[in-house]
Amino acid sequence: MSEHIDSNTMKYKLISLYQQNLQQINEGLPERMNKYRDQAIREFDKQGIPIKGEEKYKYTDLMHAFGRTYGYIFKAPNITVDSKTIFQCAVPDLDTHTLILENGWYDALNNQHAELPEEVVACSIREAAVKYTDLFEKHYNQQVLEHPESVAAFNTAFAQDGMFLYIPDGFVMEKPIQIINLLRGSNPLLVNQRNLILAGKNSQAKVIVCDHTLSQQNFLSNTVTEIFVDEHAVFDFYNIQNQHNQSSQLSSLYIQQMQHSNTLTNTLTLHGGFVRNNVFVKLAEEHAEANVFGLALVDNKQHVDNFTFIDHAVPNCQSNEMYKNILDDEATGAFNGRILVRPDAQKTLAFQSNKNICLTPTARFFTKPQLEIYADDVKCSHGATIGQIDEDALFYLQSRGIGGREARMMLMYAFAYEVIRNIRVPVLTERYGELVEKRLRGELSRCEGCFVHCN
Amino acid sequence: MLSIKNLKASVDGKEILKGINLEVKPGEVHAIMGPNGSGKSTLSAVLAGNERFEVTEGEVRFNGKDLLDLAPEDRAREGLFLSFQYPIEIPGVSMVNFMKTAVNEHRKYHGQEPMSAGDFLKMLRDKKQVVEIDDRLTSRSVNEGFSGGEKKKNEIFQMAMLEPKLAILDETDSGLDIDALRIVANGVNKLKRPDNATILITHYQRLLDYIIPDVVHILHDGVIVKSGGKELALELEEKGYDWIKQAVKI
Repeated sequence: MSEHIDSNTMKYKLISLYQQNLQQINEGLPERMNKYRDQAIREFDKQGIPIKGEEKYKYTDLMHAFGRTYGYIFKAPNITVDSKTIFQCAVPDLDTHTLILENGWYDALNNQHAELPEEVVACSIREAAVKYTDLFEKHYNQQVLEHPESVAAFNTAFAQDGMFLYIPDGFVMEKPIQIINLLRGSNPLLVNQRNLILAGKNSQAKVIVCDHTLSQQNFLSNTVTEIFVDEHAVFDFYNIQNQHNQSSQLSSLYIQQMQHSNTLTNTLTLHGGFVRNNVFVKLAEEHAEANVFGLALVDNKQHVDNFTFIDHAVPNCQSNEMYKNILDDEATGAFNGRILVRPDAQKTLAFQSNKNICLTPTARFFTKPQLEIYADDVKCSHGATIGQIDEDALFYLQSRGIGGREARMMLMYAFAYEVIRNIRVPVLTERYGELVEKRLRGELSRCEGCFVHCN
Repeated sequence: MLSIKNLKASVDGKEILKGINLEVKPGEVHAIMGPNGSGKSTLSAVLAGNERFEVTEGEVRFNGKDLLDLAPEDRAREGLFLSFQYPIEIPGVSMVNFMKTAVNEHRKYHGQEPMSAGDFLKMLRDKKQVVEIDDRLTSRSVNEGFSGGEKKKNEIFQMAMLEPKLAILDETDSGLDIDALRIVANGVNKLKRPDNATILITHYQRLLDYIIPDVVHILHDGVIVKSGGKELALELEEKGYDWIKQAVKI
C-alpha cells in the first residue's frame, strides 16, 4: 500500500510503465488499434489522475483507486481452467448466451459453448481488430476521442483485450447475452478492459454484464465500453457490479445513437469499495431515445460516484434518466448529471431524477444536476433529493403490525423498485429484485454463485 | 378492554392531552367528538404509538397489557387498529404485499404459521366485499393515487383483513361524500362483533347516524368534559361547540 503517494508522482510512474512495456502491449495487435496509444498517454499526461475537487471529480478522488500498488498482465494468459467450473451464474431461469472474461481477457476456448446465433459476432477485441477491420476502424476509440477522459485515455493506452460484439442489421436476439467479468489472482492487479459493441440497423439485443471478483486481492478494473447503436436499433445494457469491497471499479460507458434508436442502460452497484461510473450518451440523430438508470446500495465505507453526460445534439430526441442511491453506515456517494441540449436540438425531451436515502448521519451524498439548454422549444426537468426513510410511512406500516426492521426493508425496496421496474427483461426484473432485497438485508456477503468464497 | 387513566401527552413541549380518562368494554362503540385542536387526533396517535407525541403521565391498559410499553407493531398485533385521518401513500409497496406481510406478522406474533397463498387470496377476495373496494385498488401501490374516498375505504378494508379487537377510526368521515360514507359505515357495522370495540373520532354527528354509538364523549382542550348517550351528539350538533366551551367555563 502506498496511499500517500501524490497523484503526479503516480502519473509519471504509470507513464513510465507504459513506455517500458509498449512493445509488449503492442504485440500481436494491428496498427489500427495501437495507433491511438501514444496520443492517449499524452492525454493522460495532460489530464493526470483526477483528484477530488476537479470539476468532474468534485467528490471523488481517483487516488483512492490509483494510489495503490498493482501488478499488470501484458501477455495473454494461457487459460487452463474452464471458468465455468469455478463460476456459475446464480441467476435462476435466466436463459442467456453466457460469455466469460477473466481479468479482462477473452478466451475463445472458454467461450465456445455460448451457442450464439451464427449471425452474431462475439469475440475478443484483439481478434476483431484483425478480422473485422472495417467495423473496427470505423468505431474503435471514436467516442472516447470525443470525450477525452483521463481514465478512458489511460485505458486506450494500455488496452489489449476485451469483448467485441456485433449484432448485424435487422437481426433480433431472442435471448440476452450475458458477459461475466471475473477478476482473480494471487496478486493485486490493474485491468484495462476494452469493449466494443455494435448494434446494426434495426437490430435488437440485450446485454447483461456482471462484474465479479473471485479472490480477495486489491483490484482496479478500468473498463471502457463503446457502444454504437445504429438507426432503428433497440439495445439494452445492464451492468451488475458486485466486486468485493477492497476493489476499485472505474467504468466508462460510451453510447452513440443514430435515428429512431432506443437504448436502456441500467447500472446496479451492490458491492465494490470504490466505484466510479461514467456514462456518455450522444443522441446523434433525430428521434432517438435514451433511458439511463442506476441504482446503488452501499454500506460500510463504500464510495460510489455516477457521472452521466447526455448530449442532445439534434432535435426530436428524448432522454429519461433516473439514479437512486441508498447509503448506510459511513458510505459516501455522488451523482453528477450533465445534460446538454445544443442550439438546434428543438423539441428535446430530457428528464432527470436523482433520489437518495442516507440511512445514518454518517452516510453522505452529493448531487449535482447540470443542465445546459441552448434551444428554446424543449421540455426538460430535473429533480434531486437527499433524505431519510419517511417516518410517516414507517409508522403507517408499523401500525398495521409490521415490525420496524421489516417495515424499513419494505420502504427501501419500494424506493429501489422505481429503478428495477424499468428493466426490460422480465426474468431479470425478478432477479434484480431478489439481489436488491438480499443486499438490503445484508445477506449478499459474497459474490453470488461463486465457489471460491473469497470474502 | 381499554382503560385510559389520567393520560397526558405533549408534542414539542406543548401539552395537548391534559388528563384523559376512558373505559371501553367489548362490544361497545364509543364516539369522541370535539372541536378542532381539542386533542382528538393526538389521542388516537398516542394510542397507536406514534413517537412524535410524548406521553408525560398516565396509564393505558389494553386487555390487561401496558399499552404504552409496547412498540407500535406490537400494539397492532395485540389487536389495536388505527384508521388514519390522512392515510399515507407508499409508492412501490403493493397493497397485496403490504397486507400479506401484515397478516403474516400478526400470525407469527401469535405463534401461527404464515398463511398459504391460496388462503390469503381467498381472504383478500372476501374482505374486499366488506367495503366494496375495487380490484384495481388492491393491485396498486398502497394509497398511491387513491382518491380521498378510496383511501378511507382502504383503511376499513385493512381493518377487515386484520380483524382488530379495538378499532380507532380517526375522522374516517371527513371528506367523504354521502355514498362513500354509507359504504364505510356499513363496512364498520359488518365488522362489529360482541368481542370487539370501536372508537369513532369525529367532528360532526353525521357518521353517528350510520354507526350508532353506545357512549358519546366530548373532548375539549385535552380533557373529556362530558359523556353521555347517543343523544349527546344530537344536542352538540344542535347547539354547536360554543355551548360546550361556555359550559366548561362555568
